[in-house]
Amino acid sequence: MSTTVSQLDKVKEGPWSGGKSPWNLEYGKIMMWFFLVSDAFTFSAFLIYYGAQKFAQPSWIDADKVFQSIPGIAEHGQPLVFVGIMTFILILSSVTMVLAVEAGHRNAKKEVVTWMIWTIIGGLCFVGCQAIEWTHLHHQGFWFGRNPATGITEANAIVEALQPYFTKEVSYTAALQFSNLFFTITGFHGFHVSIGILLNIIVLGMTLNNTFERRGTYLMIEKVGLYWHFVDLVWVFVFTFFYLV
Amino acid sequence: MSSHDHIASHDAHAHGEGMDKKRIWSVFFVLLALTALEFLIALGFVHHWGILQKGMLVNVIYIALTLVKAFYIVAFFMHLKFEKSGFIVTCSIVFFFIIFFIILMLIEGEFLNGAFTHQPTFPHL
Repeated sequence: MSTTVSQLDKVKEGPWSGGKSPWNLEYGKIMMWFFLVSDAFTFSAFLIYYGAQKFAQPSWIDADKVFQSIPGIAEHGQPLVFVGIMTFILILSSVTMVLAVEAGHRNAKKEVVTWMIWTIIGGLCFVGCQAIEWTHLHHQGFWFGRNPATGITEANAIVEALQPYFTKEVSYTAALQFSNLFFTITGFHGFHVSIGILLNIIVLGMTLNNTFERRGTYLMIEKVGLYWHFVDLVWVFVFTFFYLV
Repeated sequence: MSSHDHIASHDAHAHGEGMDKKRIWSVFFVLLALTALEFLIALGFVHHWGILQKGMLVNVIYIALTLVKAFYIVAFFMHLKFEKSGFIVTCSIVFFFIIFFIILMLIEGEFLNGAFTHQPTFPHL
Protein backbone atom coordinates (compact mmCIF):
# COMPACT_ATOMS: atom_id res chain seq x y z
CA MET A 1 0.00 0.00 0.00
CA SER A 2 2.49 2.68 -1.19
CA THR A 3 1.62 6.37 -0.75
CA THR A 4 4.33 7.62 -3.13
CA VAL A 5 3.22 8.62 -6.62
CA SER A 6 4.49 6.43 -9.43
CA GLN A 7 6.49 7.98 -12.26
CA LEU A 8 3.53 7.66 -14.64
CA ASP A 9 1.18 9.63 -12.39
CA LYS A 10 3.51 12.52 -11.59
CA VAL A 11 2.38 15.87 -13.05
CA LYS A 12 4.93 16.92 -15.65
CA GLU A 13 6.68 20.20 -15.02
CA GLY A 14 8.93 20.77 -18.03
CA PRO A 15 8.67 23.72 -20.43
CA TRP A 16 6.81 21.68 -23.04
CA SER A 17 4.20 20.24 -20.70
CA GLY A 18 1.64 22.91 -21.43
CA GLY A 19 0.08 25.72 -19.45
CA LYS A 20 2.84 28.20 -20.19
CA SER A 21 5.00 29.45 -23.03
CA PRO A 22 7.84 26.95 -23.61
CA TRP A 23 10.47 29.62 -24.22
CA ASN A 24 9.24 31.98 -21.52
CA LEU A 25 8.14 34.45 -24.16
CA GLU A 26 4.73 35.96 -24.65
CA TYR A 27 2.75 34.45 -27.54
CA GLY A 28 2.58 37.66 -29.58
CA LYS A 29 6.33 38.12 -29.35
CA ILE A 30 7.03 34.58 -30.58
CA MET A 31 4.64 35.10 -33.47
CA MET A 32 6.30 38.39 -34.40
CA TRP A 33 9.65 36.58 -34.52
CA PHE A 34 8.18 33.85 -36.73
CA PHE A 35 6.73 36.44 -39.08
CA LEU A 36 10.10 38.23 -39.29
CA VAL A 37 11.85 34.95 -40.04
CA SER A 38 9.42 34.28 -42.90
CA ASP A 39 9.91 37.83 -44.20
CA ALA A 40 13.67 37.26 -44.04
CA PHE A 41 13.22 34.40 -46.49
CA THR A 42 11.25 36.63 -48.87
CA PHE A 43 13.83 39.42 -48.85
CA SER A 44 16.66 36.91 -49.13
CA ALA A 45 15.05 35.39 -52.20
CA PHE A 46 14.92 38.81 -53.88
CA LEU A 47 18.48 39.77 -52.93
CA ILE A 48 19.98 36.41 -53.84
CA TYR A 49 18.29 36.57 -57.24
CA TYR A 50 19.87 39.99 -57.69
CA GLY A 51 23.28 38.59 -56.71
CA ALA A 52 22.95 35.58 -58.98
CA GLN A 53 21.98 37.77 -61.95
CA LYS A 54 24.72 40.29 -61.31
CA PHE A 55 27.50 37.72 -61.11
CA ALA A 56 26.22 35.65 -64.02
CA GLN A 57 26.13 38.54 -66.48
CA PRO A 58 29.37 39.44 -68.24
CA SER A 59 28.67 43.11 -67.64
CA TRP A 60 26.63 44.97 -65.02
CA ILE A 61 25.78 48.55 -64.10
CA ASP A 62 28.35 50.25 -61.89
CA ALA A 63 26.45 51.46 -58.83
CA ASP A 64 29.06 54.16 -58.22
CA LYS A 65 28.16 55.65 -61.60
CA VAL A 66 24.40 55.58 -61.08
CA PHE A 67 24.32 56.88 -57.49
CA GLN A 68 26.83 59.65 -57.29
CA SER A 69 24.88 62.69 -56.25
CA ILE A 70 24.18 64.39 -52.96
CA PRO A 71 20.78 66.12 -53.26
CA GLY A 72 21.12 69.84 -52.93
CA ILE A 73 24.90 69.74 -52.74
CA ALA A 74 26.52 67.88 -55.63
CA GLU A 75 25.21 66.61 -58.94
CA HIS A 76 27.85 63.93 -59.48
CA GLY A 77 31.22 62.64 -58.38
CA GLN A 78 30.16 61.72 -54.83
CA PRO A 79 29.21 58.05 -54.75
CA LEU A 80 28.09 56.38 -51.51
CA VAL A 81 27.71 59.61 -49.53
CA PHE A 82 23.93 59.99 -49.71
CA VAL A 83 23.24 56.30 -49.12
CA GLY A 84 25.66 56.48 -46.19
CA ILE A 85 23.54 59.24 -44.69
CA MET A 86 20.41 57.10 -45.23
CA THR A 87 22.04 54.12 -43.52
CA PHE A 88 23.13 56.27 -40.60
CA ILE A 89 19.59 57.67 -40.18
CA LEU A 90 18.05 54.20 -40.12
CA ILE A 91 20.58 52.74 -37.67
CA LEU A 92 20.06 55.78 -35.42
CA SER A 93 16.30 55.27 -35.52
CA SER A 94 16.91 51.66 -34.49
CA VAL A 95 18.89 52.90 -31.49
CA THR A 96 16.11 55.30 -30.45
CA MET A 97 13.69 52.37 -30.74
CA VAL A 98 15.78 50.25 -28.35
CA LEU A 99 15.93 53.21 -25.98
CA ALA A 100 12.12 53.43 -26.12
CA VAL A 101 11.89 49.73 -25.25
CA GLU A 102 14.34 50.20 -22.39
CA ALA A 103 12.29 53.11 -21.06
CA GLY A 104 9.21 50.88 -21.32
CA HIS A 105 10.87 48.33 -19.04
CA ARG A 106 11.11 51.04 -16.38
CA ASN A 107 7.52 52.16 -17.10
CA ALA A 108 8.86 55.65 -17.85
CA LYS A 109 6.03 56.86 -20.10
CA LYS A 110 7.47 60.30 -20.94
CA GLU A 111 10.77 58.82 -22.13
CA VAL A 112 8.97 56.18 -24.18
CA VAL A 113 7.04 58.97 -25.93
CA THR A 114 10.22 60.96 -26.59
CA TRP A 115 12.16 58.07 -28.07
CA MET A 116 9.20 56.87 -30.15
CA ILE A 117 8.84 60.35 -31.66
CA TRP A 118 12.52 60.34 -32.60
CA THR A 119 12.13 56.88 -34.15
CA ILE A 120 9.17 58.03 -36.24
CA ILE A 121 11.09 61.13 -37.39
CA GLY A 122 14.05 58.92 -38.36
CA GLY A 123 11.76 56.62 -40.33
CA LEU A 124 10.14 59.52 -42.17
CA CYS A 125 13.55 60.98 -43.04
CA PHE A 126 14.67 57.64 -44.42
CA VAL A 127 11.56 57.23 -46.60
CA GLY A 128 11.98 60.82 -47.77
CA CYS A 129 15.59 60.15 -48.76
CA GLN A 130 14.57 56.99 -50.58
CA ALA A 131 11.94 58.99 -52.47
CA ILE A 132 14.64 61.48 -53.48
CA GLU A 133 16.84 58.61 -54.76
CA TRP A 134 13.91 57.23 -56.75
CA THR A 135 13.08 60.62 -58.24
CA HIS A 136 16.69 61.21 -59.24
CA LEU A 137 16.94 57.81 -60.89
CA HIS A 138 13.63 58.30 -62.65
CA HIS A 139 14.76 61.61 -64.11
CA GLN A 140 17.83 59.86 -65.51
CA GLY A 141 15.53 57.47 -67.38
CA PHE A 142 15.36 54.41 -65.12
CA TRP A 143 11.98 53.01 -64.06
CA PHE A 144 10.08 49.73 -63.84
CA GLY A 145 10.61 48.12 -67.22
CA ARG A 146 12.75 50.92 -68.65
CA ASN A 147 16.26 52.26 -68.65
CA PRO A 148 17.70 55.39 -70.31
CA ALA A 149 18.04 53.53 -73.61
CA THR A 150 14.45 52.23 -73.79
CA GLY A 151 12.76 53.36 -76.95
CA ILE A 152 16.02 54.04 -78.79
CA THR A 153 16.42 51.81 -81.82
CA GLU A 154 19.85 52.72 -83.15
CA ALA A 155 22.66 50.60 -81.64
CA ASN A 156 25.20 53.44 -81.27
CA ALA A 157 22.65 55.66 -79.61
CA ILE A 158 21.82 52.90 -77.12
CA VAL A 159 25.49 52.53 -76.20
CA GLU A 160 25.79 56.29 -75.87
CA ALA A 161 22.76 56.49 -73.58
CA LEU A 162 24.00 53.72 -71.28
CA GLN A 163 27.79 54.18 -71.32
CA PRO A 164 27.85 56.69 -68.43
CA TYR A 165 26.56 53.95 -66.12
CA PHE A 166 28.91 51.15 -67.15
CA THR A 167 32.60 50.63 -66.48
CA LYS A 168 33.11 47.85 -68.99
CA GLU A 169 30.99 47.18 -72.07
CA VAL A 170 27.36 48.24 -72.20
CA SER A 171 24.55 45.72 -71.80
CA TYR A 172 20.95 46.80 -72.35
CA THR A 173 19.63 43.70 -70.55
CA ALA A 174 21.83 44.28 -67.53
CA ALA A 175 20.65 47.89 -67.30
CA LEU A 176 17.03 46.79 -67.52
CA GLN A 177 17.46 44.08 -64.89
CA PHE A 178 19.29 46.48 -62.58
CA SER A 179 16.51 49.01 -62.91
CA ASN A 180 13.70 46.51 -62.30
CA LEU A 181 15.45 44.87 -59.37
CA PHE A 182 16.45 48.15 -57.77
CA PHE A 183 12.95 49.63 -57.79
CA THR A 184 11.32 46.33 -56.80
CA ILE A 185 13.62 45.51 -53.90
CA THR A 186 13.98 49.03 -52.50
CA GLY A 187 10.26 49.56 -53.10
CA PHE A 188 9.42 46.41 -51.17
CA HIS A 189 11.75 47.54 -48.37
CA GLY A 190 10.35 51.08 -48.42
CA PHE A 191 6.86 49.61 -48.16
CA HIS A 192 7.99 47.75 -45.04
CA VAL A 193 9.48 50.94 -43.59
CA SER A 194 6.22 52.80 -44.24
CA ILE A 195 4.19 50.10 -42.50
CA GLY A 196 6.70 50.29 -39.64
CA ILE A 197 6.25 54.06 -39.35
CA LEU A 198 2.48 53.53 -39.26
CA LEU A 199 2.80 50.91 -36.51
CA ASN A 200 5.09 53.22 -34.55
CA ILE A 201 2.55 56.06 -34.80
CA ILE A 202 -0.26 53.77 -33.66
CA VAL A 203 1.77 52.52 -30.72
CA LEU A 204 2.77 56.11 -29.85
CA GLY A 205 -0.93 56.97 -29.75
CA MET A 206 -1.60 54.01 -27.48
CA THR A 207 1.22 55.14 -25.17
CA LEU A 208 -0.14 58.68 -24.99
CA ASN A 209 -3.59 57.22 -24.28
CA ASN A 210 -2.19 55.39 -21.26
CA THR A 211 -3.13 52.01 -22.73
CA PHE A 212 0.15 50.51 -21.58
CA GLU A 213 -0.05 52.14 -18.18
CA ARG A 214 -3.40 50.41 -17.73
CA ARG A 215 -2.02 47.07 -18.95
CA GLY A 216 1.00 47.35 -16.70
CA THR A 217 3.45 46.47 -19.45
CA TYR A 218 5.01 48.11 -22.47
CA LEU A 219 5.45 44.78 -24.23
CA MET A 220 3.75 46.07 -27.40
CA ILE A 221 6.60 48.56 -27.84
CA GLU A 222 9.00 45.62 -27.79
CA LYS A 223 7.05 43.73 -30.44
CA VAL A 224 6.82 46.72 -32.76
CA GLY A 225 10.50 47.32 -31.99
CA LEU A 226 11.35 43.85 -33.29
CA TYR A 227 9.66 44.72 -36.60
CA TRP A 228 11.56 48.02 -36.81
CA HIS A 229 14.92 46.35 -36.18
CA PHE A 230 14.13 43.81 -38.86
CA VAL A 231 13.53 46.66 -41.32
CA ASP A 232 16.93 48.09 -40.37
CA LEU A 233 18.54 44.66 -40.76
CA VAL A 234 17.13 44.25 -44.27
CA TRP A 235 18.40 47.69 -45.25
CA VAL A 236 21.92 46.73 -44.11
CA PHE A 237 21.81 43.82 -46.59
CA VAL A 238 20.14 45.80 -49.41
CA PHE A 239 22.76 48.52 -49.03
CA THR A 240 25.59 45.97 -49.21
CA PHE A 241 24.25 44.16 -52.25
CA PHE A 242 23.26 47.19 -54.34
CA TYR A 243 25.85 49.78 -53.46
CA LEU A 244 28.97 47.97 -52.26
CA VAL A 245 29.31 44.57 -53.86
CA MET B 1 -6.52 36.69 -17.67
CA SER B 2 -4.36 36.65 -14.57
CA SER B 3 -1.95 34.09 -16.05
CA HIS B 4 -1.55 36.34 -19.10
CA ASP B 5 -0.74 39.28 -16.85
CA HIS B 6 1.67 37.09 -14.91
CA ILE B 7 3.51 36.09 -18.06
CA ALA B 8 3.53 39.67 -19.33
CA SER B 9 5.02 41.18 -16.18
CA HIS B 10 7.38 38.24 -15.64
CA ASP B 11 8.50 38.68 -19.22
CA ALA B 12 9.14 42.38 -18.72
CA HIS B 13 11.33 41.74 -15.69
CA ALA B 14 13.19 38.72 -16.95
CA HIS B 15 14.02 40.11 -20.36
CA GLY B 16 14.67 43.68 -19.30
CA GLU B 17 18.03 42.52 -18.05
CA GLY B 18 20.94 42.78 -20.41
CA MET B 19 20.25 45.96 -22.38
CA ASP B 20 20.81 49.02 -20.25
CA LYS B 21 21.46 52.45 -21.78
CA LYS B 22 25.22 52.04 -21.68
CA ARG B 23 25.05 48.75 -23.61
CA ILE B 24 22.63 50.22 -26.14
CA TRP B 25 24.95 53.10 -27.02
CA SER B 26 28.05 50.90 -27.11
CA VAL B 27 26.35 48.54 -29.60
CA PHE B 28 25.42 51.63 -31.64
CA PHE B 29 29.06 52.71 -31.74
CA VAL B 30 30.11 49.21 -32.80
CA LEU B 31 27.60 49.36 -35.68
CA LEU B 32 28.78 52.86 -36.56
CA ALA B 33 32.42 51.72 -36.56
CA LEU B 34 31.63 48.73 -38.80
CA THR B 35 29.69 50.95 -41.22
CA ALA B 36 32.50 53.51 -41.21
CA LEU B 37 34.97 50.71 -41.98
CA GLU B 38 32.84 49.60 -44.93
CA PHE B 39 32.82 53.17 -46.22
CA LEU B 40 36.55 53.53 -45.66
CA ILE B 41 37.13 50.47 -47.81
CA ALA B 42 34.57 51.39 -50.48
CA LEU B 43 35.22 55.13 -50.80
CA GLY B 44 38.83 55.26 -49.67
CA PHE B 45 40.67 52.10 -50.60
CA VAL B 46 38.70 51.23 -53.71
CA HIS B 47 37.36 54.50 -55.13
CA HIS B 48 39.83 57.26 -54.23
CA TRP B 49 43.22 55.65 -53.56
CA GLY B 50 42.94 52.48 -55.66
CA ILE B 51 44.72 50.34 -53.07
CA LEU B 52 42.13 47.59 -53.48
CA GLN B 53 40.19 46.66 -56.60
CA LYS B 54 36.54 45.81 -56.95
CA GLY B 55 36.45 42.03 -56.93
CA MET B 56 36.11 38.87 -54.89
CA LEU B 57 38.28 40.04 -51.95
CA VAL B 58 36.43 43.30 -51.19
CA ASN B 59 33.08 41.58 -51.75
CA VAL B 60 33.92 38.93 -49.16
CA ILE B 61 35.00 41.70 -46.75
CA TYR B 62 31.74 43.63 -47.30
CA ILE B 63 29.57 40.56 -46.80
CA ALA B 64 31.55 39.52 -43.71
CA LEU B 65 31.15 43.01 -42.17
CA THR B 66 27.45 42.99 -43.04
CA LEU B 67 26.99 39.63 -41.31
CA VAL B 68 28.75 40.95 -38.19
CA LYS B 69 26.43 43.98 -38.20
CA ALA B 70 23.46 41.65 -38.64
CA PHE B 71 24.61 39.62 -35.65
CA TYR B 72 24.82 42.71 -33.44
CA ILE B 73 21.37 43.96 -34.50
CA VAL B 74 19.68 40.59 -34.01
CA ALA B 75 21.49 39.60 -30.82
CA PHE B 76 21.33 42.91 -28.94
CA PHE B 77 18.74 45.24 -30.46
CA MET B 78 16.28 42.41 -31.06
CA HIS B 79 17.36 40.89 -27.76
CA LEU B 80 17.80 37.38 -29.17
CA LYS B 81 21.01 36.76 -27.22
CA PHE B 82 19.12 36.96 -23.94
CA GLU B 83 16.33 34.53 -24.81
CA LYS B 84 16.16 30.81 -24.06
CA SER B 85 18.72 28.81 -26.06
CA GLY B 86 15.98 26.73 -27.73
CA PHE B 87 14.44 29.88 -29.17
CA ILE B 88 17.81 31.22 -30.30
CA VAL B 89 18.46 27.98 -32.19
CA THR B 90 14.98 28.06 -33.75
CA CYS B 91 15.57 31.51 -35.23
CA SER B 92 19.27 31.09 -36.01
CA ILE B 93 18.85 28.00 -38.16
CA VAL B 94 16.95 30.22 -40.62
CA PHE B 95 19.85 32.66 -40.91
CA PHE B 96 22.30 29.85 -41.50
CA PHE B 97 20.17 28.52 -44.35
CA ILE B 98 20.07 32.00 -45.85
CA ILE B 99 23.84 32.40 -45.62
CA PHE B 100 24.26 28.97 -47.20
CA PHE B 101 21.97 30.06 -50.03
CA ILE B 102 23.92 33.32 -50.52
CA ILE B 103 27.20 31.46 -50.89
CA LEU B 104 25.58 28.91 -53.20
CA MET B 105 24.22 31.57 -55.51
CA LEU B 106 27.48 33.52 -55.63
CA ILE B 107 29.29 30.37 -56.72
CA GLU B 108 26.56 29.55 -59.21
CA GLY B 109 26.71 33.07 -60.56
CA GLU B 110 30.46 32.83 -61.08
CA PHE B 111 30.05 29.57 -62.96
CA LEU B 112 27.37 31.01 -65.21
CA ASN B 113 29.61 33.99 -65.89
CA GLY B 114 32.29 31.67 -67.20
CA ALA B 115 29.75 29.66 -69.14
CA PHE B 116 28.30 32.71 -70.90
CA THR B 117 31.58 34.33 -71.86
CA HIS B 118 34.15 31.63 -72.49
CA GLN B 119 32.51 28.42 -73.51
CA PRO B 120 31.14 27.55 -76.96
CA THR B 121 27.50 26.76 -77.66
CA PHE B 122 27.95 23.10 -76.65
CA PRO B 123 30.52 23.11 -73.83
CA HIS B 124 30.30 19.38 -73.27
CA LEU B 125 31.38 18.45 -76.80
